[in-house]
Amino acid sequence: MSAQGKIDPMHQFTIEQIAPLHVGPYDISFTNSAAWMLLAAFLICVFVGLGLKRELIPGRWQAAVEGFTGFIDDLVQVNIGPEGAKFVPYIFSLFMFILFANLLGLLPLAIIPGLHAFTTTSQFSLTGVLAVVSFSMVIIVGFWRHRLRFFSLFVPHGTPLPMIPLIAPIEFISFMVRPFSLGLRLFVAMIAGHILMEVFGSFIVNGLNGGAMGFGVSVLSFAFVAFVFALELLMAVIQAYVFALLTTLYLSDAINLH
Amino acid sequence: MPQIAQLSMVFASQLFWLVISFGLIFFFVGRGMLPKVRSTISARTEKIADDLEKAKAAQADAEKTEAAWRERMDRTKVEATNIAQEAKRESARETEARVKVALDEIDAKVEHARLRIRTAVDAARTELEAVAVEVAQEMVGQLTGLRIDRKDAARALAAELEESRAPAAVGRRRTSVEAR
Repeated sequence: MSAQGKIDPMHQFTIEQIAPLHVGPYDISFTNSAAWMLLAAFLICVFVGLGLKRELIPGRWQAAVEGFTGFIDDLVQVNIGPEGAKFVPYIFSLFMFILFANLLGLLPLAIIPGLHAFTTTSQFSLTGVLAVVSFSMVIIVGFWRHRLRFFSLFVPHGTPLPMIPLIAPIEFISFMVRPFSLGLRLFVAMIAGHILMEVFGSFIVNGLNGGAMGFGVSVLSFAFVAFVFALELLMAVIQAYVFALLTTLYLSDAINLH
Repeated sequence: MPQIAQLSMVFASQLFWLVISFGLIFFFVGRGMLPKVRSTISARTEKIADDLEKAKAAQADAEKTEAAWRERMDRTKVEATNIAQEAKRESARETEARVKVALDEIDAKVEHARLRIRTAVDAARTELEAVAVEVAQEMVGQLTGLRIDRKDAARALAAELEESRAPAAVGRRRTSVEAR
């Protein structure tokens, strides 16, 4: 993490190769990022699997799993309607994956030497792909259901005729920006929080080396890190929710048009 | 920023492992387990709705039974009151009849007694009249020396008695009223 006593807050985002793997011209080596993705996937399978007792009166674990599925069910039901039922598996997977990846990235594993949590959702190579998948789904569903009428999405209901040449390009641009905003929002929220914690964490270390004044800074920084960490826990949940919610809203646009 | 610096190097690996992890979640959890969880929830919701409906039906049944019971109770109460009143009336009627019979009996006895009194009085009077006729004959014989026929004496006495009987009759009637 540090080279010659200097702390680099960006180092935590470096992807490190664990086992090299090449298929043709592609380097698909197993990395720390891949490990954390698989861990998230594994934990989700365990979490949902343990709640799959299918009892009439749910235990704690089953109630927790049903809480998550019910939450996503309601989200889709409210925003898309009864037609959204077939998208619930995708929205649920998306929500759970982002939630678990965000929370795993916050595990304080760095206190064990040689280990540190890696936040897979702080890589735009990951959030971007998820956003593109969601956006592609919107476009495919939209054109599949409405054919060329899908373009009426760019003309909001009740737009006066002379305004259409002006409104349609604006709507089109705002539509095309969606995948970028979707992917970047999660990526930026994660990276910003982690940098903030890293920077203030380094303040604690540097402050301890800086005499009485430095000690005060350390104490303040420690309090601040604790506060930011709590905020990040909240952010991890909110960002997962926002990603799922926006995907649902975009799908609703594609299914119900305006 | 490693995300940008490493992008071209790690993108294929990131994509590959993301497809594997997300595919695992999507197919194993989203497609495999989620429908089971949702069906459990909907089965429970249905069961609860069913049970609620059953409970509502049972409650309606109980209310109906209670209403029927209440009605029966009311009817029975009314019947009981009727029977009690009827019994009261019956006993009153019986008492009245018995009193009436007793009264009639008493009346008959009174009438009988009165009849006996009257015959006695009449007998006494005829006897008295006979005596009075004899007395009158004797008195006229001694006073005037005339021998009066018994028939004449009886006629005169009858005329004399007829005159004095009127007020006596009134008096007797009054006593009869008082006896009643």
